[in-house]
Amino acid sequence: MLDSILFYFFGGVAVLSAALMVTRRNAMHSAVFLITTLLATAGIFLQLRAEFLFIAQIILYVGGIMVLFIFVIMLVRLDVPLHHIRFRLQKFVAVLVALALGLEVVAILYSARQLPGQGLFVTGSAPADALAPNSQKLGESLFSSYLLPFEIASVLLLVAMVGAVVMAKSKKGTDES
Amino acid sequence: MMSPAHYLFLSLALFVIGCIGVITRRNVIVVLMSIELILNAVNINLVMFSRVFGDVAGQVFALFIIADAAAEAAVGLGIIIAFFRNRETVLADEMDLLKW
Repeated sequence: MLDSILFYFFGGVAVLSAALMVTRRNAMHSAVFLITTLLATAGIFLQLRAEFLFIAQIILYVGGIMVLFIFVIMLVRLDVPLHHIRFRLQKFVAVLVALALGLEVVAILYSARQLPGQGLFVTGSAPADALAPNSQKLGESLFSSYLLPFEIASVLLLVAMVGAVVMAKSKKGTDES
Repeated sequence: MMSPAHYLFLSLALFVIGCIGVITRRNVIVVLMSIELILNAVNINLVMFSRVFGDVAGQVFALFIIADAAAEAAVGLGIIIAFFRNRETVLADEMDLLKW
């Protein structure tokens, strides 16, 4: 009962603010609604008992990435394009793509329901304490089975950091900046 | 927890909304934010199946996806700032330097 209340609350908030994020014209409003979506997704993670990802989502996404986005939105002048017309054709293509994707996944789910045995609509799952000390299990797995991907991810972050600094740095000797 | 189909439909809704944002918006910053939304929708699936099977591997993958999203956002925003410094715009249809 509590599970379904939490799921519908967080899921509703996530979908609603995602829709608002895509439709608002002001980029700052979009950023704020994206933050709401990410927080609601963090709530879904908590409802799935993934406590470490709940914290990581809030600290990394909301506290790190979205602050970066808001800084760039404030650095870049955006008041000019607000009253431009958007593309009609692109909107049509977007609705088409959305319909195709939606129909595809609904068809897959429908055919999965026909399968014998446990379908996707059955509530069976592992016992709730299978991942009980969540951070501990995640850390053990990360530093034993997934050690190589972990190191590769750290190299990736280093490359991204150097790339971002080089890209955003203003060149000396040019007249702009 | 709810049945897996509930989470799949929630993730599908977020994914499709993100796709619509990528296709329709002209502002490149909002396009990047829509990509973050798509990555986030995938994370819900991974965490849900990790819970269903009682295996922590899904959550490890979700963590890697968050790290990738951070790297992608940093590089993308760096490109946007560099482009804005050159051309004074962030609109996708005015980025026609490579168009012949």
